Amino acid sequence: MATKSAHHGDNYINFEKGLWSWLTTVDHKRIGLMYMISVMFFFFVGGVMALLLRLELFAPNATANVGQVLKNGDVYNQVLTYHGAIMVFMVIVPGIPAILGNFFLPLHLGAKDVAFPKINLLSWYCFMAGAALAILTFFFNKIDTGWTFYTPYSIRTGTATVLMVLGAFVMGMSSVLTGLNFIVTVHKLRAPGMTMHRMPLFVWALYSTAILQMLATPVLAITLLLLAAEKLFGVGIFDPALGGDPVLFQHFFWFYSHPAVYIMIIPAMGVVSELITTFSRKVIFGYTAIAYSSLGIAAVSFFVWGHHMFVSGQSETAGILFSFITMLVGVPTAIKMFNWVATLYKGSISFDSPMLFALGFLFLFAIGGVTGIMLATLPIDVHFHDTYFVVAHFHYVMVGGTLMALMGGFYYWFPKMFGKMFNENLARLSFVFIFIGFNVTFFPQFILGAMGMPRRYFDYIPAYETLNKVSTVGSWLILTGFLFGLYAIVQGIRKGPKASMNPWNSKTLEWQTSSPPPHDNFAVEPIVTAGPYEYR
Amino acid sequence: MSTDSTTHGGVRSAHVSHHFKTAEQEYDSGKQGIWLFMVTEILMFGAILVGYAIFHNIYPEMFAEGAKTLDWRMGFVNTLVLIFSSFTMAISISYVQRNEQKKAAIALATTILCGAIFMCIKYFEYSHKFHLGLYPGRFLDVAKVGAEHANLGMYFGFYYCMTGLHGLHVLIGMGLIAWLLIRTIRGDFHSQYWIPVEGVGIFWHIVDLIWIFLFPLLYLVG
Ligand code: HEM
Ligand SMILES: [Cu+2]
Repeated sequence: MATKSAHHGDNYINFEKGLWSWLTTVDHKRIGLMYMISVMFFFFVGGVMALLLRLELFAPNATANVGQVLKNGDVYNQVLTYHGAIMVFMVIVPGIPAILGNFFLPLHLGAKDVAFPKINLLSWYCFMAGAALAILTFFFNKIDTGWTFYTPYSIRTGTATVLMVLGAFVMGMSSVLTGLNFIVTVHKLRAPGMTMHRMPLFVWALYSTAILQMLATPVLAITLLLLAAEKLFGVGIFDPALGGDPVLFQHFFWFYSHPAVYIMIIPAMGVVSELITTFSRKVIFGYTAIAYSSLGIAAVSFFVWGHHMFVSGQSETAGILFSFITMLVGVPTAIKMFNWVATLYKGSISFDSPMLFALGFLFLFAIGGVTGIMLATLPIDVHFHDTYFVVAHFHYVMVGGTLMALMGGFYYWFPKMFGKMFNENLARLSFVFIFIGFNVTFFPQFILGAMGMPRRYFDYIPAYETLNKVSTVGSWLILTGFLFGLYAIVQGIRKGPKASMNPWNSKTLEWQTSSPPPHDNFAVEPIVTAGPYEYR
Repeated sequence: MSTDSTTHGGVRSAHVSHHFKTAEQEYDSGKQGIWLFMVTEILMFGAILVGYAIFHNIYPEMFAEGAKTLDWRMGFVNTLVLIFSSFTMAISISYVQRNEQKKAAIALATTILCGAIFMCIKYFEYSHKFHLGLYPGRFLDVAKVGAEHANLGMYFGFYYCMTGLHGLHVLIGMGLIAWLLIRTIRGDFHSQYWIPVEGVGIFWHIVDLIWIFLFPLLYLVG
């Protein structure tokens, strides 16, 4: 048993030395950091592409100099595809579970590690291998299908669909393995006294997400394999020329990808629950309701995929049903919203940077969610489908929701992860730029969409010019914000003052161990005697 | 499974990984993990079965035409081979639990052999089909085959995808069992520790079970 650890360093970072010790580690905290570095790198790549896309859209192509950054529509389509695929499969989906979840789930439960540490490491390698495959295509045979790989275009276009799709498949493996690990850890490795109803809400969120990952990802896996087979062997399942059905592809794809949007957002909701209760110094309002509404969202999310296909030629009855069921997602989501607001009410709120991100989340996610309901309304969607309105909607939920929560959670747990404090003013500055920049970028897109500007086009009529200019300028503000954030993080890690064990006076278990935690998480196994948020 | 870690009958005691408290906890976790993974396997095959069901419904005659070209005797022999291999897999676990490593090794080797027989028969089936021009989808040689239905290739699209994916799982399973075999001969498994054997066993049974669905759907229905 724990024999060697006594002779090693006093925390997980200096426990062993050298790159090799990191690449072979089975410590969930180190794996979390490895995910962090990889995801940040992919975010950077995807971000540069986003800036290029926005730059291209700064002016219509008829305008000399600007407006022709990307040579032509083909290049635009390729950059758009990589931007989408990278951001979805390599940043937002793995983001919170793989970084913060890996790092904190065992700490939250009072466990020494996740149930299967080696599989945890394997999932990181799967992630990297899948990402490598996907990025490889960029260097010899670019793909231009959009991140949804719709047939029959994806089987006709002479690009690297097969490789890309295999990359996504392997990353899916990684996602399944992480989910599996989390479920078993929650079931089997809780410390004495840690009942399911004493688990922090972040853990509940990760648990619901893990169930989604397990149930939805296999369907994407087979869809991608069939797509690859279609491309290589022309099997005919999705190809109308061979009697197949391209709409079936959409059904399969969205059967995963709608739940996937909740794989992206439920962990974010978990993070926000932690932040709100900590920084308003109040017991969270409606713990059970928040916990179970995660499961509720997860359940409903399997029955609404058809709202992406209102104009695909599916039957009218199906459209009406999907429209109705989609509205139901609003119920558990609203439960969460109201509980957060009720927690804030009469709380003694402190506006530390993590809290700013949490409040930013509430604001942006509310807009994203409400526009989601608008899109779920069948007749409205017929009008808005494939316009910038949809683009704005999903950026509000994915970026405004998930990314905000990821940043907030990251600042919140930063002292625990690195044992240092970051510069609070820099972090706040970063928030201000990201928040304002975000709204400047994406709010005009709602209007553009309502005016009829289609998505995925690399040029537009002059009527759309002003709003596009505003939107592009917004993207520069976001960039500035992230640069401030990066600086705050790097400076914090290098020169930050030493963090105490529990700088925010939080009540959950991870704050009961030293910062950064030792290799085995807790010097003595904690025994839990109360709920996670005993503030008053 | 016993939770004490003393030596039983001269065999090594249970090894408990450092993040578990008891061997029982480790065993339960491992088992739950494997079953969850199996759920994903079943869902993956489930989706392709849904696709099959949909198109079978749209083109019943075409699927019947395709099914006629398959030799149900080969499929049937393969079904028997796999069921037998599931049996040998299962007894290997009980031998390990009773510290009869030698018998366990023989049972495992037999399981691998069955897998190999299965794949050989598949190989003959495939090569025979290729010989007749029965390729999937767009590669189907409609003239040579004399197909009645223009899209007959889709049937073979399903046939090759479903049996191909299943065959891949058989190969993976054989690899895993070979790994078990080596470890069994090395003496890693005994009455206090057999999780990997049971885990791979569950995988093998599921692969088996999936074939039991594929066989009637492809060879018999229609
Ligand atoms: C909670 C997190 C959410 C995320 C991450 C998300 C993400 C997305 C994404 C990525 C798309 C575009 C898909 C594409 O590329 O075509 C989309 C479209 C859509 N979303 Fe959401 N969404 C979320 C919540 C919601 C909610 C709560 C609703 C409704 C209650 C909703 C309704 C829709 C509809 C109807 C569309 C289809 C619009 C169209 O293509 O015409 N979404 N969403
Ligand atoms: Cu959706």
